[in-house]
Amino acid sequence: MIMNKVYNRIESIIGNVITVRANGVQYKELAQINTRFGKSLAQVNKIEGDIVSLQVFAGGQGVSTGDEVRFLGREMRVSFSEDLLGRIFNGSGEPRDKGPALTENMKSIGGPSVNPTKRILANRMMRTNIPMIDMFNTLVVSQKLPIFSISGEPYNQLLARIAMQAEADVIVLGGMGLKYDDFLYFKDALSKGGALSKTVMFIHTASDPTVECMMIPDMVLAVAEQFALQNKDVLVLLTDMTNFADAMKEIAITQEQVPSNRGYPGDLYSQLAARYEKAVDFANSGSVTVLAVTTMPGDDVTHPVPDNTGYITEGQYYLKGGRIEPFGSLSRLKQNVNGKTRKDHRALMDAMIRLYSSYKETLEKKNMGFSMSRWDEKLLKYGELFEDKLMALSVNLPLEGALDLGWEILSDCFEKDETGIKSDLTDEFWPKK
Amino acid sequence: MTENKGKVVSINGNLVSVEFDGNVSMNEICFVKVGDTALKSEVIRVRGNIAQIQVYEMTDGIKCGDDVEFTGDMLSADLGPGLLGQIYDGLQNPLPILAEQAGWFLERGIYADGLNTEKKWEFTPTANIGDVVRAGEYIGTVPEGPFTHKIFIPFYLLGSYTVKSIVQKGKYNVKETVAVLTDERGREIPVSMSFKWPVKRAVRCYSERLAPVETMETKVRLIDSFFPVAKGGTYCTPGPFGAGKTVLQHTTSKYADVDIVIIAACGERAGEVVETITEFPELTDPRTGRSLMERTIIICNTSSMPVASREASVYTSVTLAEYYRQMGLNVLLLADSTSRWAQALREMSGRLEEIPGEEAFPAYLESYIAAFYERAGYVRLPDGSTGSVTIGGTVSPAGGNFEEPVTQATLKVVGAFHGLSRERSDARKYPAIDPLISWSKYKSVIDSQKLEFCKNILHHGDEIGSMMKVIGEEGTTLSDYIIYLKSEMLDSVYLQQNSFDLVEANCGTLRQRYVTDKLIYVLGSDYALENKDDARSFFNRMRQRFIDWNYTEFESDAFKKAEAEIDTLYNEGVGKLTVQAESLLKDGE
Repeated sequence: MIMNKVYNRIESIIGNVITVRANGVQYKELAQINTRFGKSLAQVNKIEGDIVSLQVFAGGQGVSTGDEVRFLGREMRVSFSEDLLGRIFNGSGEPRDKGPALTENMKSIGGPSVNPTKRILANRMMRTNIPMIDMFNTLVVSQKLPIFSISGEPYNQLLARIAMQAEADVIVLGGMGLKYDDFLYFKDALSKGGALSKTVMFIHTASDPTVECMMIPDMVLAVAEQFALQNKDVLVLLTDMTNFADAMKEIAITQEQVPSNRGYPGDLYSQLAARYEKAVDFANSGSVTVLAVTTMPGDDVTHPVPDNTGYITEGQYYLKGGRIEPFGSLSRLKQNVNGKTRKDHRALMDAMIRLYSSYKETLEKKNMGFSMSRWDEKLLKYGELFEDKLMALSVNLPLEGALDLGWEILSDCFEKDETGIKSDLTDEFWPKK
Repeated sequence: MTENKGKVVSINGNLVSVEFDGNVSMNEICFVKVGDTALKSEVIRVRGNIAQIQVYEMTDGIKCGDDVEFTGDMLSADLGPGLLGQIYDGLQNPLPILAEQAGWFLERGIYADGLNTEKKWEFTPTANIGDVVRAGEYIGTVPEGPFTHKIFIPFYLLGSYTVKSIVQKGKYNVKETVAVLTDERGREIPVSMSFKWPVKRAVRCYSERLAPVETMETKVRLIDSFFPVAKGGTYCTPGPFGAGKTVLQHTTSKYADVDIVIIAACGERAGEVVETITEFPELTDPRTGRSLMERTIIICNTSSMPVASREASVYTSVTLAEYYRQMGLNVLLLADSTSRWAQALREMSGRLEEIPGEEAFPAYLESYIAAFYERAGYVRLPDGSTGSVTIGGTVSPAGGNFEEPVTQATLKVVGAFHGLSRERSDARKYPAIDPLISWSKYKSVIDSQKLEFCKNILHHGDEIGSMMKVIGEEGTTLSDYIIYLKSEMLDSVYLQQNSFDLVEANCGTLRQRYVTDKLIYVLGSDYALENKDDARSFFNRMRQRFIDWNYTEFESDAFKKAEAEIDTLYNEGVGKLTVQAESLLKDGE
């Protein structure tokens, strides 16, 4: 082990960023700083001659100009082995549970992107047993999808359910700016659901230092990528990417970067894309699928974070009123898989959505006081059944069960030829009463 | 390679400052040495003895004092046979070769030749000893896929040269000397089948630039008839996410009536490129009957690849397009998305601490966008033939708002605007080009008066539609209601087009003309319709028959049968042609 030089003079402290005079320091190198509150990691994010800027993971609070800074001669890394499973870490990679620190087989984080010619076309369904996903907007292995939501929606409950039910070998959960209660909820839900043993968590809670928040996605995705290269199908769950973007904004403004849109740095798109594009299906190996909660400030989809996200991801789930909205939601890759599940899948999906959209129109007419025809009455009955039996987030059904239930609902409300489904399908699947 | 060297003095993201001795030039390529690797970079600003360079790779691990080697060359593309069918990154490294060398990931500091230097090509000389030649004229040809690839006097040679010697017909690789030229002072210049050209400079080895007049068929009715694009013209496709920009470009890349298509996937999803790479080799080009990949070049610098090479990728793409234009070919360059390129400029501008313009884009954004689109063009070449580069760029406006700087700067310089709207895409209307806001300055494949007639129906129908939202169906007169139904029908049977059906997606000019005439006949007639219910049901049935008709092979028996069905229904509705429509149809004959 080489002893690295120690510096005892901090030149400036602005927010979470400090500068020291040092030579021979590498860009993005890690340093350790000893403050009166203990040790913290710091990362070089700018070098100008001998002035080196570092972002301090534990934050600038209480840092003294006389504190000791020791450069470690290496970049940010994360330990990778099967031992990670069932463990919980913070944004610096230190244990948050009572387990031992892991230091073996260290891997770099934020590595290069996958060569596009080494990717394969996404073509496998990832089952979640949530009908609004499996049946209407199928999640595909290696897809990257955000969950657009306003604050207060049960997005973390949804993520926890997906973590427990999804057909994945490994789950890597990244929490950014998570409320402590939500962190406890995840821990609890996953251990009760029996999924903890295949889960790794990297958690930054709202009270933890901002810089650690920025490290979470890279830690999570580096671990996910390693599992994927070992032939595992990995599901990455991130909550909440808006907090991640806000952490970047905070650091950028501290360092006097020119802001572009609502204070966010000009590279917001590239930064988000660098994370989301880690979703991959490796030819002849495993895969990484990414689901990321993105809260929309003020329910505004044109806010820079959801807007940039929408351009990067392959669709989105809209969580609204405690349900996955069938209209705003879109899985761009669903047609890669839903043609080979069951032959009635596509036709039933289209018909049910079309009828649900007619129900919405009828509902509007009803609310405006127009009289309801017999057809309108049918639609009203259908809409209510659809919302209760299929859309509610509590519904837990495998795809086939959901399809059968779909036929059930249709036959309760309509005649065969009112559904607009081809007759060879209704002949085969229409429930006999 | 010059002996010029420098040392790193500061690092901020992918912007590195270097102290140097001697001379460096703007946009010169240099390499930063980090351990065993050398990272490709470009000089973007010089002040005193400090050069600021953008590194085309991640800059982690660079230290102050690290060595930098300047090359004396600008960022250049390798031009020669063997470009077609390739999949390159933004710096023209073939991605499959990088995969062979580095495996799964795009490890930094690994570069490969843009052209295969081993492969032998069958060279046929066309020039004779003693011929006087200039840059951009050719001295021989090689077959490349379905094309005759011309071997040029390198574009950078100024003045005129005499052919001193030229090799016999035979097989040579791209580096072997195939001819020796002498310049006016008698100096000898060996020429091979390939040469380099700096990508940020436009190729101007043509005799004159002509106005783009010939329409480029895309087989998309809404484009070819309503908002056409000319060969050698430019167009842009802005739209919010999910409106179908990429799907539309993908369709265009398959069906467009051009010789060569260059797809520049600039800062977009890797998955979309994978789709093209997987699909294209399996598809046949209807023009040549060969694999679609043989007429395609993919330049892909997806969103997670380094930002600086994303900026370079659009220039690399347009340089390759200009090179093939020089052979008298029609080339279509599809850039998806130019906003990502503009954002790359913005990121660098921010690091350079330039004074920001609107939304922090640099002040030179407009002139850069204009200069890029101006590299399109329809030109007459030295041998008298013509060639064209058509550029179509998508724009991804923040929040779907077309008032933003990139969309506005682009609209100033392009010849056609295909604005995609969220409303149309939400209503599953494909293509989601909004006919009420889009425009084109090029010539339509259908007669302009007929087009005017159709546009009138759309505009009129839209006005009635918005009025109906306020006063309800009850308050609308039957005649207005019929106009509304006609505009709805025109929209759904002509403007909308299913890109997944082979026949429907591939709607040629003759068919477009034929269907338009039929539409004018049907829409330009009055019917004996009693009330709104009758009218709705009549036009619904008419719409269904046109849609069925669209799915039949042009001029087949099924086509004629489906057309007869339309006529039968027309007679049932007791259609009577209006004077205006009658004269329109007569003029067309």
